Amino acid sequence: MTTREHTEQLVGRGNREGAALFKEWFAELDATAKSGGLSAYVFVMGSLNEILKTFDLPVVFPEINSLQTAVRRVAHEYLEIAEDYGYSPDICAYVKADVGTQLRGGHHPMAQIPKPSITVLTNACNTYIKWAEIWERMYKTPMFTIDIPGTRQAGGQTWRGDPDFEADRRYVEVQLRELITLCEEVTGTKFDIDKFREVLTYANIMSRSWKRILELNQAKPSLFNALTDGTIYLGVANGLRGTEAGARYFERLVEEMEFKAANGIGQTIDEEYRLLFVGVPCYPIFRRFNELFTDWGGTFVNSTYLWFASGGSNRGFEYDLDDPLASLAEGVLISVRDAMDSMFHQNTVLAGMARDFDVDGIIYHPIKSCRTVSTGLADGRKHMTEELGLPSLFMESDMMDRRVVSEAQMKNRVDAFFEGLATRRRLAQVDTKG
Amino acid sequence: MAFAAGVDVGSTQTKAVIVDEDGNIAGRSLLDTGANVLKAAESSYLLALEQGDIDEEEVEYIIGTGYGRYRVTFGNSQVTEISCHGRGAVHLFPNTRTVVDMGGQDTKAISVNAEGEITDFCMNDKCAAGTGRFLGAAAAALDISIDELGHISLRSEKPIKISTTCTVFAESEVLAWIGKGKKIEDILWGVHKSIASRSAGLMRRVGIKDEITFTGGVTRNVGMVRALEERLEKHLNISEDCHYVGALGAALFALDNVLTGRTPAGTSSEVTG
Repeated sequence: MTTREHTEQLVGRGNREGAALFKEWFAELDATAKSGGLSAYVFVMGSLNEILKTFDLPVVFPEINSLQTAVRRVAHEYLEIAEDYGYSPDICAYVKADVGTQLRGGHHPMAQIPKPSITVLTNACNTYIKWAEIWERMYKTPMFTIDIPGTRQAGGQTWRGDPDFEADRRYVEVQLRELITLCEEVTGTKFDIDKFREVLTYANIMSRSWKRILELNQAKPSLFNALTDGTIYLGVANGLRGTEAGARYFERLVEEMEFKAANGIGQTIDEEYRLLFVGVPCYPIFRRFNELFTDWGGTFVNSTYLWFASGGSNRGFEYDLDDPLASLAEGVLISVRDAMDSMFHQNTVLAGMARDFDVDGIIYHPIKSCRTVSTGLADGRKHMTEELGLPSLFMESDMMDRRVVSEAQMKNRVDAFFEGLATRRRLAQVDTKG
Repeated sequence: MAFAAGVDVGSTQTKAVIVDEDGNIAGRSLLDTGANVLKAAESSYLLALEQGDIDEEEVEYIIGTGYGRYRVTFGNSQVTEISCHGRGAVHLFPNTRTVVDMGGQDTKAISVNAEGEITDFCMNDKCAAGTGRFLGAAAAALDISIDELGHISLRSEKPIKISTTCTVFAESEVLAWIGKGKKIEDILWGVHKSIASRSAGLMRRVGIKDEITFTGGVTRNVGMVRALEERLEKHLNISEDCHYVGALGAALFALDNVLTGRTPAGTSSEVTG
């Protein structure tokens, strides 16, 4: 096969196949809803797909359902239903769009969403707990909360061999054993350790690949847009974690990215400025938001979103199949802790990313919906600018609610930011020549 | 003689400035923007030409700025008002390192270098709290002209503390204080202090470095100048041209193009709006 044929076949394959897998996943949910089958409601930060897939439970990610209503420009319909029901305009719009979906009997633009048979969550987001309680009250189905010990202080993480870490790991493992018992009760199926190992094998392939893909984007020009393309990969990373289809997808994605890196094939625009994105994307104007940057030759090469919204699987932690449950506990502890660290202790990693990806600036996008992910961003920005001298832009809107998304104001800020970057680059060139 | 022009289409008012080859202001104009942004841009530009007795053919480059910059369809390119205020402020006061621009809809704190280039900036978010609009709401509630606000506020002896900077709630808060028998000047001084406090907060986010130049339409309000100086405990550079600084900066960027052929930092050379 010629290089040209390879290029036509490989470049963009991840996006095409990701979209197809996404459709298949939602088709499965639709069929489940219509047949009245079992399903598990989970969240992106600690989905526990590894256990749920072992029981063949279809997984529903209400966060993904909600953001899809925004991308499809119908979020306001769902938000209005929830607000009419009594939910405050000030709370998380993911929650409200989901409440709107539930109050519509599971009707969603992508599929009929099944009702939950079980809800599994971690403490990575405080809203998860109150959100799951809504379903518990609505459907009288069990919710299972896994308490993950977080990082006590920046840089204070403990690791294997440390007594504190071992205590934390055992604490998580006991909870996982309780979850397995609950899943057995809900499904009426005994836990199959061999199937569990198979699921972990697929999860290992995905984690290893995900880490590799993120590293490959250090290439110049960068290979994929962390904000737009990255979100497609992220959807598969969440929905199909622990499945053969998910593992194969990521192996093929590595193949695509390695090919692009080897052949110097970047994104579809000429890359003038390399940027990091901090926060949650602006889904109500998802493409347009990105164009505000690409119009100036700005590309997103990495983000904290690909970090925390993949539940920390970006770390590439691989499970030990000889001691699978203890290893899952260790992986969950490390990964979910890392996802939480992406919100509360992000500066050190961001500084590393800025260096490794050779970025020109950082875009901070705090959102009205989520104080958890947004609190501290102003201080973080100040730190990064003062300590690293890295230009940054702070623009607040929302990931769902278009009532607080002002495109004209955003454009003004983005244009001014790039005018500053262009000036900075010109002055640096003058200094070099001088 | 070659000239260059800047047209600043703001949310409330549109300003046009024409500069000569030495960067001196040769013509200027000020109009309410109204609903027809394109017309406002054209009218203000023509008025500035007339005011400076300049032929349209003598203007070699035009830059649009402000929210309506893409509606300056007769212009050559656009630059954000953030860059323009930085450039214009340093032109008027060369030692400027911090600019605070208070306009009808937003307030900006801008950090600049000696060339007037932006090193950092910060703006109020989507709500108009702490902007000129807040003063307008207070003036409406008290049924007095916006031009009188500052002068009246300076007569205050016992300023009251305004607890909100929300433009929507400004009217009800002001009326509540009137209901309690407070003097108008004391209420107004409280309003000015409240806005000054919010603006100082924005400025701290970019770092307050001397000298500070105050730009935008609210610079005409003597009460706001005093309130901000008291809050910052610093002197503010003010001139009668401060209302035109955005348009002036745009005209200076346009002049760069006339003199050196250099297109302003990173801007499009074609109007896309």
